[in-house]
Amino acid sequence: MLIKSIHNIFVNLHAKFLKSCSMNKIVGKEYFSENVIKFEVEAPLIAKSRKAGHFVMVKVGAKGERIPLTIADADISKGTITLVIQRMGVSSTKLAQLNVGDEITDLVGPLGKATHIENFGTVVCACGGVGTAPMMPIVAALKKAGNKVITVLAARTKELIILEEQMKQYSDEVIVMTDDGSYGTKGLVTNGVESVINREKVDLCVTIGPAVMMKFVSMLTKKYEIPTVASLNTIMVDGTGMCGACRVSVGGKVKFVCVDGPEFDAHQVDFDEMLMRLGGYRDIEREDMERMQCKS
Amino acid sequence: MQNMLNLAEERAQEWRAELRASMKAKERTDLPRVHMPELDAEIRSRNNAEVNQGLTPEMAMLEAKRCLDCANPTCMDGCPVSIYIPKFVKQIEVGDFLGAAKTLKETSALPAVCGRVCPQEKQCEAVCIHTKMKKEAVAIGHLERFAADYERESGNISVPEVAAPNGIKIAVVGSGPAGLSFAGDMAKMGYDITVFEALHEIGGVLKYGIPEFRLPNVIVDVEIENLRSMGVKFLNNCIVGKTITIDDLKEEGFQAIFVGSGAGLPRFMSIKGENLVGVMSSNEYLTRVNLMDAANPDSDTPVFKGKHVAVIGGGNTAMDSVRTARRLGAERSMIVYRRSEEEMPARLEEVKHAKEEGIEFMTLHNPIEFIGNAQGRVTHMVLQEMELGEPDASGRRSPVEKPGFTETIEVDEVIISVGVSPNPLIPHSVEGLQISKWGTILVNDETMQTDIPMIFAGGDIVRGGATVILAMGDGRKAAAAMDRWIQSNKK
Repeated sequence: MLIKSIHNIFVNLHAKFLKSCSMNKIVGKEYFSENVIKFEVEAPLIAKSRKAGHFVMVKVGAKGERIPLTIADADISKGTITLVIQRMGVSSTKLAQLNVGDEITDLVGPLGKATHIENFGTVVCACGGVGTAPMMPIVAALKKAGNKVITVLAARTKELIILEEQMKQYSDEVIVMTDDGSYGTKGLVTNGVESVINREKVDLCVTIGPAVMMKFVSMLTKKYEIPTVASLNTIMVDGTGMCGACRVSVGGKVKFVCVDGPEFDAHQVDFDEMLMRLGGYRDIEREDMERMQCKS
Repeated sequence: MQNMLNLAEERAQEWRAELRASMKAKERTDLPRVHMPELDAEIRSRNNAEVNQGLTPEMAMLEAKRCLDCANPTCMDGCPVSIYIPKFVKQIEVGDFLGAAKTLKETSALPAVCGRVCPQEKQCEAVCIHTKMKKEAVAIGHLERFAADYERESGNISVPEVAAPNGIKIAVVGSGPAGLSFAGDMAKMGYDITVFEALHEIGGVLKYGIPEFRLPNVIVDVEIENLRSMGVKFLNNCIVGKTITIDDLKEEGFQAIFVGSGAGLPRFMSIKGENLVGVMSSNEYLTRVNLMDAANPDSDTPVFKGKHVAVIGGGNTAMDSVRTARRLGAERSMIVYRRSEEEMPARLEEVKHAKEEGIEFMTLHNPIEFIGNAQGRVTHMVLQEMELGEPDASGRRSPVEKPGFTETIEVDEVIISVGVSPNPLIPHSVEGLQISKWGTILVNDETMQTDIPMIFAGGDIVRGGATVILAMGDGRKAAAAMDRWIQSNKK
């Protein structure tokens, strides 16, 4: 009898364990702006094993595309992870249409190498647009490791500035930059970063955002010889090292963002090549997007 | 795991003896080898239908007559999973097709797959007694496929006998041929098997790699269902070493682990222009088309449908890629290979099919540069002409450059198919595992056991890049050895 009940406990545990690999239920949805959305998704195993810098692959629908998304936050006790997406093409639009209670068809991770965290001294975290979301856990981890963290939040205009309050919790200082001057200081992310460099010693810069933004941050910090890490978001198919679609040139060598990255020494990254490769499917994507809009 | 005594006993059974006596050996060897019916090349190069159409029952029974039911069946030595070949062939000869399918499943978890993609001409058929008499081998592969297809289409799919559950939990990492073969054998012995798969689909390379026209996905799914009905559990979207660790598995009560995580990183050539848009690995190209169904307008995954496509390499994956490109509408699809056709590692059948479908073969050519336009899209490739020099370590004559002979050819898509390195996820995430300088997991050749006793491994993660059937052989070997290891630990 006792043996049987112990056996049952094991069977239940096993069932729970198996189930927890594949639920992906959306338990929270919040709009940061019209096109920037935060999702909280049930994924207990990923929540437990992820670290700052990790990403997941997400697929919506049976015929959906696999797209990489960097994890913005996780709650181990609730068993959830946070993803922030910007509605752009077919796949992000399909994801954006999901609501609380819906399940993401496929979700796998955590993938990539975690951010290298130590006490560097003073760190400037330069983020643009939705790149702010994956920067959150990095800022938190850097702060916890004893760094002085100065976060530069940049966007085109006021409503695209996200997570300012949360960033303030973990940063020693938050500098807000908008292109149009509708909020914070008028100017680009690089102006914000340079203002810090001009006033104090910076030991490390971390940058996440659109590739072109990271390119200019990298050029700026190279001028001042400040070590810089960029988290790259390239096209991926499997996300586990199998396809090579995500390859970038780093220091003249081919690297796979999914398994060698996503973070690299920004000064070694060939951003022009990366930008060129990111645009590779633009024509096909535009056609797909038009087709989807015709259908709806 | 038939021992020789059993083989001899089975062969001595009355029906086998009578069958052998019913026809003279000379009459059997005089029969010509059956020809596999194929779809017309012109039609098939425009669709995704399977090229080989399969034998009819009459064709199969006639072909089975050619087998001499040898006392010493050398064909079995040529089979990495030791299928009881004479028995299933003779069952076909007497029309017991379902019995033949059952025999296949005694040792192979995936007969319908093996019947399609195994290089039989290098294995069982290469050592068939007919070849010693300078005659064409018995078409063992075609017969295997016939029996497996017949069973599936009959609806009477037999589930192999499974021993009473022993309650011992075993984890399998990867659901490709190595993992599936291992899972099947272990389930038969009564183990409680859970297969963990990183991708959203079960089947590994059988799904993402081999195209529909050579191995339809529905065939793979039926074999997977068969394993499910034997009690094997599958869990997709779960990466061992990332989502869960080996320690998590131990905590969950798994007593041993088989790693069949397969080939990972595609190799590139490190030449100028290789990162241009439109240049990609065969893994990327085939994964888009096969796994993600990218050629289907309903799929969200895009794929380039190049008009002038060059595939670099001479293996089966190169043939799969170039033939896929043709089917996606390429006007010109070319194989570029630095050696001559004789050295090509691809199966003869694949080369033949490719040629029939209008694939150009640029042998003794090697790309040295890709050229792109202002948008970074590839527009041309520069090829160096080669000639064959002295044989190298592999015994193949090595290609050497013909100085001054280069040509530039227009292309809008280039697919690089020059091999893969093992998937780094497990080697990177399990401490204490012995890894070779090529990134493969080191195992004991006899047992497939790693330096960590509870972890066994097989397939491309150990071999670096091999075939479906060799991976399956590894899975079988590992299953037998793991069972011995677990039983001896109990004592």
